[in-house]
Amino acid sequence: MKFHAVIDVQLHPGIADPQGSTIERALPTLGFDGISGVRAGKSIHLDIEADDAASAEAQLGEVCEKFLTNPVIEDASITIVELAEAN
Amino acid sequence: MAAKVGVVRFPGTNCEFDTVEAIDALGGQGEILWHGDASLGDSDAVIIAGGFAHGDYLRPGAIARFSPIMDAVVAAANNGMPVIGICNGFQVLTEAGLLPGALQKNAGLKFINDWQILKVASTNSALTSAAEVGQELNIPINHFEGNYTCSPETLAELKANDQIVLTYVPNPNGSVGDIAGVCNAERNVVGLMPHPERASHALLGSTDGNVLLQSILDSVGAAV
Repeated sequence: MKFHAVIDVQLHPGIADPQGSTIERALPTLGFDGISGVRAGKSIHLDIEADDAASAEAQLGEVCEKFLTNPVIEDASITIVELAEAN
Repeated sequence: MAAKVGVVRFPGTNCEFDTVEAIDALGGQGEILWHGDASLGDSDAVIIAGGFAHGDYLRPGAIARFSPIMDAVVAAANNGMPVIGICNGFQVLTEAGLLPGALQKNAGLKFINDWQILKVASTNSALTSAAEVGQELNIPINHFEGNYTCSPETLAELKANDQIVLTYVPNPNGSVGDIAGVCNAERNVVGLMPHPERASHALLGSTDGNVLLQSILDSVGAAV
């Protein structure tokens, strides 16, 4: 089976986020008030072949741990959607 | 016999020849090592030079750490060989798990290219043995992701074990504990963001980097 996955990578909550805080500081100067807690991460989209969703998630967990994130400073959350067969 | 220092070159590395030149000028023998090779040849020490290995894609060092030569670097480091990471090389060593912590975007999101005063915090490492504690060194920095970060527990451990070898005066990038360079617990693996090879000749404006590069050559003698 083929699955589509969206991997959301964010800095750990305790780690300072220079991008997020710069965005947050810019917002009031553009007239957007009342926005706080801005955190900027990255999202990685991919397709994966696996027996089932649990197996896809397990494989991607390992990919995140070894490669897509730096576990010292980042967390990943994985969202998986089953893709319809092409035929 | 001259100490042989292998200088690793990834696609995107750009400080390898400066580093070899600076090592040679001190009487060592610098040699470029290609990242795709699986061996360190007859190197007595290894420097992972600065630059933008693999374009810094994903994260600086994230792809470089899986290059074939890194298995040999990790094995040599675990055997006690001096392994030094300069700038991007520091990022590679943290990604490879040879050094604690991580380097993230500078506070203020500015790429910083400037002269920087460093203070030697410990002389008990392969990079600082020839220096003196408290000695101030004028050595350039040139980075966007040099903001050293680690958990409070790791920071406490680094302090307790005297693993912080160089600090910034003042702090240019938000690094925790003003950290410019750290070593591993065994003290043979050291990473630093500043570029000692760019402060290795009077014509460059400073020779303060030489005491660090000399320490690497000395540590080879000490290890043999």
